[in-house]
Amino acid sequence: MVRLEGLTKTYGSFRAVDGIDLHVPRGSLYGFIGPNGAGKTTSLRMIAGILKPTSGRVWLGGDDVSEDPMAAKQRLGFIPDRPFVYEKLTGGEFLRFVAGLYGQDGEKVEKRSDELLELFELTPWKNELVEAYSHGMRQKLIISSALVHRPEVIVVDEPMVGLDPRGARLLKDIFRGFVERGGTVLMSTHTLEVAQVVCDRMAIIQGGKIAAEGTMDDLRKQTESGDGSLEDLFLKVTGGAAEKELASILEG
Amino acid sequence: MPLLRVIVPKLYTARARIRQPGSFSKGKTITIGTIGLLFWAVVFGVLYRMLRYFRGVEEIGPLLAGKLLGLMLLSFISILLLSNVITALSSFFLARDLELLVSSPVDWLHLYLAKLGETMVHSSWMVALMTVPMLAAYGIVYDGGLFFVPFSLLVLTPMLMVPAVIGSAITLILVNAFPARRTRDILSIIAVGSAGVLVLLFRLVKPEQLARPEGFQNLLDFITILRTPTSPYLPSEWAASTIMEFLVGDSLDPLPLLLLWSTAGTVVVIGAILHRFMYANGFTKAQEGSERFVKGSLWEKVLRPFTRSLSVAKREFVIKDIKLFFRDTTQWSQLILLGVLVMIYLFNIRSLPLFTGEEVPFFLVTVVSFLNLGLAGFVLAAIAARFVFPAISLEGRQMWLLRSSPLDLRSMMWSKYWIGTVPLVVLAMVITVFTNVLLRATPFMMAVGVGTIFFLTLAISAMALGYGALFPQFETENAAQIPTSFGGLVFMMSTVALLGAVIVILALPIYEYLEAVRTQGTVRINATMVTAFGLVAALCVAATIVPIQIGLKKMETFEF
Repeated sequence: MVRLEGLTKTYGSFRAVDGIDLHVPRGSLYGFIGPNGAGKTTSLRMIAGILKPTSGRVWLGGDDVSEDPMAAKQRLGFIPDRPFVYEKLTGGEFLRFVAGLYGQDGEKVEKRSDELLELFELTPWKNELVEAYSHGMRQKLIISSALVHRPEVIVVDEPMVGLDPRGARLLKDIFRGFVERGGTVLMSTHTLEVAQVVCDRMAIIQGGKIAAEGTMDDLRKQTESGDGSLEDLFLKVTGGAAEKELASILEG
Repeated sequence: MPLLRVIVPKLYTARARIRQPGSFSKGKTITIGTIGLLFWAVVFGVLYRMLRYFRGVEEIGPLLAGKLLGLMLLSFISILLLSNVITALSSFFLARDLELLVSSPVDWLHLYLAKLGETMVHSSWMVALMTVPMLAAYGIVYDGGLFFVPFSLLVLTPMLMVPAVIGSAITLILVNAFPARRTRDILSIIAVGSAGVLVLLFRLVKPEQLARPEGFQNLLDFITILRTPTSPYLPSEWAASTIMEFLVGDSLDPLPLLLLWSTAGTVVVIGAILHRFMYANGFTKAQEGSERFVKGSLWEKVLRPFTRSLSVAKREFVIKDIKLFFRDTTQWSQLILLGVLVMIYLFNIRSLPLFTGEEVPFFLVTVVSFLNLGLAGFVLAAIAARFVFPAISLEGRQMWLLRSSPLDLRSMMWSKYWIGTVPLVVLAMVITVFTNVLLRATPFMMAVGVGTIFFLTLAISAMALGYGALFPQFETENAAQIPTSFGGLVFMMSTVALLGAVIVILALPIYEYLEAVRTQGTVRINATMVTAFGLVAALCVAATIVPIQIGLKKMETFEF
């Protein structure tokens, strides 16, 4: 469903993403994990068509994002890490606007919007301007907007940031349900427990390259981590000696 | 020193901004520098000539110079007060560094002084720069000498401090009474409204009549009025009197200078006390969001029928843009200024002394009606700069949504173009027809005016949008600030060039028209006229398509 071929992005002499090849099959929940600055957000923004790759290609369901962006984006729902929304629209108006961008309107959209707002407990704020929403509420609204046009694939950057435990649990259930109905989710996250529980496959990205890829078992084998948790093998792959440093800082 | 520690990050940020590659490119620096110097030269030149004239007049010369200085400083102090009130809201209550500063062990007095300094610098730099050519003219005409420079600084510093403290205190009290976001709305309406009323009043009193000698009936009365201070309790009057005494007096009375500094010191102390007792409460209130429930159904009902023929995506885009405009006070309040601008323009045309004689001067009316095209074009350019130029910049933070959705940039650009152009064309038609009726222009000139302004408006709107995309200001949240950027300046300069070209091209057929009426009494459309009008239409169409294409190309390279 999502295919990357030699995806590269450079800023001057800095290679933020360095020739990534990846295939995310339809009906799977794929995790993109890595330390800060590893290139996760840049990769996801290229997949969503927001950034232009320096080289390489991205396919969404068989459509090349660079060559046929309209068809590719029609399949996509994108959830960014920072919830910037039009402050002077209400939640209901924002969902109607997003559906309109995908060419959808009418009763069906209204019904779908109401269902999503209800699901995310935003119904009481439907007619309130977004400027009064909290960070978490904005995040929920953006997630709703990514679902309002019934996409085939959801690309999501750090979905749990700003959500309360209830919202985080709800989102996990939504993603699982979406995948079970044949949808595809590609998500980046720092929350390794979430990735370990919900993701079918994962890629650990570091320095703009994929350092390890596969199911949890595949990753254990690749990193020779025995029965270790995702956290253990993540630290092993990304060279994290951070705990020792942390202890020395805290102890002064 | 703790105060320095609070200020240093701001200084480093300013330094980084200057050093950032591309922020001060050669072309940009030269353009801004040239325009700035030109402005200074004009202010200096006009004042220099006036003051030289005053100096030659016995008795009342220095009085007039002092009065003029007092009036200028009084207007500066009013502008400063208003701008400090608005700036203080951002720097004391809405700035992003406040959470860090308030949660850190920074002493309240240091926070107050640092933020007061920031407010003062942000709102006073432009006025301070304006005083340079002004005081230079005074210093040179009245032989102030080198000491005049430090003396002016000594006088002006407290004059800048007083409105900064009072402005910040007014904001502090307002924020304690209303939530900050509401206060911002109220302030922007007050600011724009009072600026509009001031400009309108100034125009309506017909200052040009003061230049007529029959205005002075009794010289003695006039001198008496001149000798009376306009506003004896205001720092501007003290500053003006001490500067004039330095320049023309025999000995320097220390009282005005003492008054200036003691007032500045006192208001800082009072401001600090107010801050001590009211800031914490005000800051807490400023964090509260304004609850605003909105019924959008009215907009839907009004706009849907007009947008029915558009595709779903374009329709939603147009409705969204119109809603955002009328819900954002910083945007719709600009309509007040637009109203003022148009009223002054029409008033000026009406006040032209064209019909004072018995016979209507046909030649003069035709020339004025023709040159009016340029003026009307300039008014439309100013309006497009306010309303169309910011359109792309305002999408900045939401560009992730537009770029990841199947809305293509071309549709978005053209939707924005028509949202801006349709009302602009209507306005252009109304003012052109109205001014031509006021001028009693001939049907031929009316047709030329309406046709040209129609094509010009299409081009001006496209240029505003194209330049807005070429020089985007994604970080500016206040739409009113976007046109004051470098890109806004380039847009205005390009529009002036287009207007100039159109007027030059049309000059020949208009001349032929005048000649034909003078010699034969009738007008025949000839090849020159057709070529010239065709050329203008082609130029305007090119000035419509090219900027939009360039803007589109630029937008494709935007990265978020």
